[in-house]
Amino acid sequence: MNAIVERERGLLELEGRIADLKAHAADQPVDLTAEIQMLEQKYAQIQRDIFGHLTPWQRVNMARHPKRPLGSAYLAELDQFDELHGDRHFGDDPAIIGGFAKLHGRRIIAIAQDKGVDTKEKVHRNFGMPRPEGYRKVQRLVRLAGHLGVPVVTFVDTSGADPGIASEERAQAEAIAQSIAALAEVPVPIVATVIGEGGSGGALALALADHVIMLEHSVYSVASPEGCAAILWGDAAKAEEAAARLRLTSDDLLGFGIVDEIVPEPLGGAHRDPHGTIGNVLSSIEGALTRLVTVPAGELRARRYDKFRGIGSPA
Amino acid sequence: MHAFDRIAMLVDSDFVEIGGDVMPGDPLGWSDKTSYPQKLERDREKSKLSEGVVCGFGSIGDIPVALGVMDFNFRGGTMGTVVGERLVRLFEGARDRKLPVLVCTASGGARMEEGMLALMQMAKTTVALQRFRDDGGYAVTVLTDPTTGGVSASFAFQADVIVAEARAAIGFAGRRVIEQTIRQKLPENFQTAEFLLEHGAIDMVSERSELRALLTRLLDYGAGVRGAAASSATNGRTTAGASS
Repeated sequence: MNAIVERERGLLELEGRIADLKAHAADQPVDLTAEIQMLEQKYAQIQRDIFGHLTPWQRVNMARHPKRPLGSAYLAELDQFDELHGDRHFGDDPAIIGGFAKLHGRRIIAIAQDKGVDTKEKVHRNFGMPRPEGYRKVQRLVRLAGHLGVPVVTFVDTSGADPGIASEERAQAEAIAQSIAALAEVPVPIVATVIGEGGSGGALALALADHVIMLEHSVYSVASPEGCAAILWGDAAKAEEAAARLRLTSDDLLGFGIVDEIVPEPLGGAHRDPHGTIGNVLSSIEGALTRLVTVPAGELRARRYDKFRGIGSPA
Repeated sequence: MHAFDRIAMLVDSDFVEIGGDVMPGDPLGWSDKTSYPQKLERDREKSKLSEGVVCGFGSIGDIPVALGVMDFNFRGGTMGTVVGERLVRLFEGARDRKLPVLVCTASGGARMEEGMLALMQMAKTTVALQRFRDDGGYAVTVLTDPTTGGVSASFAFQADVIVAEARAAIGFAGRRVIEQTIRQKLPENFQTAEFLLEHGAIDMVSERSELRALLTRLLDYGAGVRGAAASSATNGRTTAGASS
């Protein structure tokens, strides 16, 4: 069970009770105003207690919340979007959705990882774990953006690249390596936003960008906490412990200079106000693009070089 | 194979190390059973290495080359900030000196104890290798046992020519991870050098004993690129496209 879902259950019950009381207040012979007010105060207090400060593990669970807005929800809020399918070689990976789009009137190439909403769609999208053909689609779309001179906008949300036999047969490592290289090379602005889980190399393959945004409660990590715990301690159950050590929250990564901007979420998480949250993310992306499109291509790439060249260099 | 043994095996005895003074910090303040600095100290003693990669300049069959050799004995050859920084200095040095790059990889992937700073070394080595190649540089990687995770998914698979040592384990996800995920038996030769060759993912497989001779030829084939390294590899053959 998702730790956030568990914690918010009581809160949602209380929310329901308040709504009920409000709906029926007029029919009641007694005045319920005081009781409603009391419950609303209690609700606000509990909400602050639960969400005012989230531990790293709770943030991991928030990033994985079943109602958290997914990549396709962001694409749906763009002015327009026309999906371009396939890697031109093997197949079309539904874990990555990409295509032509317009954001606040600006032509862009938009690329999003998507985990799928219901069981059927989750299976279809391989739970958001891209296969090599997904990363090869990314390469193709990034080069197309470079060819047309339009910015690349990505939405990152994956627990990691698909670790299956078929993906290894089709050289998953090469597909990721070349996606990262394509982003390093492309002479147009790139803005990446981690909207949920930024799972290791499978996320970085969409996130080498001139401007990297993180949604407040998203996480971005060298390995999933489960994977890290398995690698270091041979026990995936120690994920919570790993999460506490990995420094995977948006504040941590802003501090390290790995992330450039954090977009706040409503109290309780992005799913409490998907429309508003997505709007805020898109505004931040637009803000970054407005600044980046004025930078000449050569300087853009030079700055991108310096930015990533400098990460982890001795002072 | 120890990094210095491999260097001795490949290089003409004129190897000069660079970046050896780049030493790890503890950016996350990591501690589990022991602290990260203690783990590093233990691995330094055990491996007789200062970090997971040895980089420097030397010649192979009289062809000058910028060489990086990773060593699995140091924290599983994992790539953290030091491995990334040393490799990037190597790529930048190769670009300045117009030398080909050769990296022998051996790595379990990104180093957990350095968190996202370790993951970002994939981006860092990528931008540096791409700039080197953009500028006409020629890169060869030799994937040795094992090469997985963040190293295979970055510079290792971005080289112009990719060689694997015979029977080396190479892949993205670790074998155990895959087994646990899919709960089925894996093909016998799964994720071996031979498996990758069969699936078209690498250029060739070489026995270790033949590696030096093979690399000498491969470096020579690339010597025409912007005239790099060619000047000293004058064994009677012309180097097409030499720019000087």
